[in-house]
Amino acid sequence: MVEPYPSVSLKDALVKRRGKPILGPIDLALSGTGFTIVLGPNGAGKTTLLKVLHGVERLSKGVVAWSVPDAQARQMQAYVFQSPIMLRRSVRQNLAYPLQLLGEDKAAIASKVTDWARRIGLEEALDRPAPRLSGGERQKLALGRALIRSPQVLFLDEPCANLDGRSTREIEALLQDAQAAGTRIIMTTHDLGQARRLASDLVFLLHGRLHEQGEASAFFATPRTSEAKAFLEGDIVE
Amino acid sequence: MNEIWAGIQAAFRLIVTLDADLVEITLRSLQVSLSALVIASLIALPFGTWLAIRRFRYRRATIATLNALMGLPPVVVGLIVYLMLSRSGPFGVLGLLFTPTAMIIAQVIIITPLIASITHQAMRELWAEYHDLLISLNTSKRQRIATLIWDGRRTLLTAALAGFGRAIGEVGAIMIVGGNIDHATRVLTTAIALETGKGDFALALGLGFVLIALALLVNFAIHALSRTEREGTW
Repeated sequence: MVEPYPSVSLKDALVKRRGKPILGPIDLALSGTGFTIVLGPNGAGKTTLLKVLHGVERLSKGVVAWSVPDAQARQMQAYVFQSPIMLRRSVRQNLAYPLQLLGEDKAAIASKVTDWARRIGLEEALDRPAPRLSGGERQKLALGRALIRSPQVLFLDEPCANLDGRSTREIEALLQDAQAAGTRIIMTTHDLGQARRLASDLVFLLHGRLHEQGEASAFFATPRTSEAKAFLEGDIVE
Repeated sequence: MNEIWAGIQAAFRLIVTLDADLVEITLRSLQVSLSALVIASLIALPFGTWLAIRRFRYRRATIATLNALMGLPPVVVGLIVYLMLSRSGPFGVLGLLFTPTAMIIAQVIIITPLIASITHQAMRELWAEYHDLLISLNTSKRQRIATLIWDGRRTLLTAALAGFGRAIGEVGAIMIVGGNIDHATRVLTTAIALETGKGDFALALGLGFVLIALALLVNFAIHALSRTEREGTW
């Protein structure tokens, strides 16, 4: 089990690139346990929101406030990118890397690596070069590498984009296991079916602005805005 | 053509008979160039990597200067090191002039910018690939540099070998600071220059072939030890 996670809030948060706002101004609070899905069309600011929350994207204005000191909050988080970044090392060394950064002892690292390789179905591939894995395997490895540190908060940026049904199912199962173990998950997706399967609560973004936030069941049953309704019906939302 | 054939014969004879002078100057060539390579690599690899990941005000100017320093004329380096180490120079008291140490210092100055510049180029690409992951994992600057150097080690080997190639073939600077003293500072390149000056082209060519063979041997040995081709796809 992981430790209870911290809560986070954005206050008047704004991100600009070349003078043009790509996210915000936005006020948002995420607390409690759960599986938050960030929905929205392309260019809505989903990835930017995740990066702002994770602290890898700087705000032009406003604040990100964690309920714990920033340095502690960063240690509690992990992030899985849409295109998994593989270290030019073996699968084993990729899994071990985050634990080595934390200075864990070799025996503990070896044990956790073996365990996680089994969980992500790569125990036979431990000594293969990670960059040579298939797309689905790479995404599972990226997820395992993120979860091996037992993060309290896990950010995922469309982790199942371009994956087939089987790989998507395997990744969803890993995410549900992580959530059951106490990891707070915040994930972007384009896949409405996946959002319905996984989300406990939902954030709907459009043009960098927060359009809706609330329980997933309520959002899918009775969206409050016409844009959200159109998005759920599969219409093109601009 | 006759000189080339005579040179091959001379090289063969020198190697087969394990000529004492040849062995001595070959070992000294290796000692000087490998020492310079190790010292330059210890400076250039972390510096080139640091330059790839760090943003600061005069970064572009620093990179441009580094690239320009790759073309440092060895003779000028030799002259400056000579003036620094000569009896009236600031480091004259150390008594290093006309010693292998002075030759190592000159070679370090010549090859450090070359290794650092190639390292910077290679690490810039790797940093672009790893940037988001290493930032996300909250790594320290030291951890980032260590990760990039480790994962880019095969590319960095090329940088080091380029440095070794420049060092082992260098003659201008080490001639000035070493003095080409027999049994003291004579190395393969300075011996070749001497024999050419004396008109003994066969011996000069023979030493030249030994020098080429030595450079190739060191390259092959380093590639074999680092298993470049066996795990070479990342």
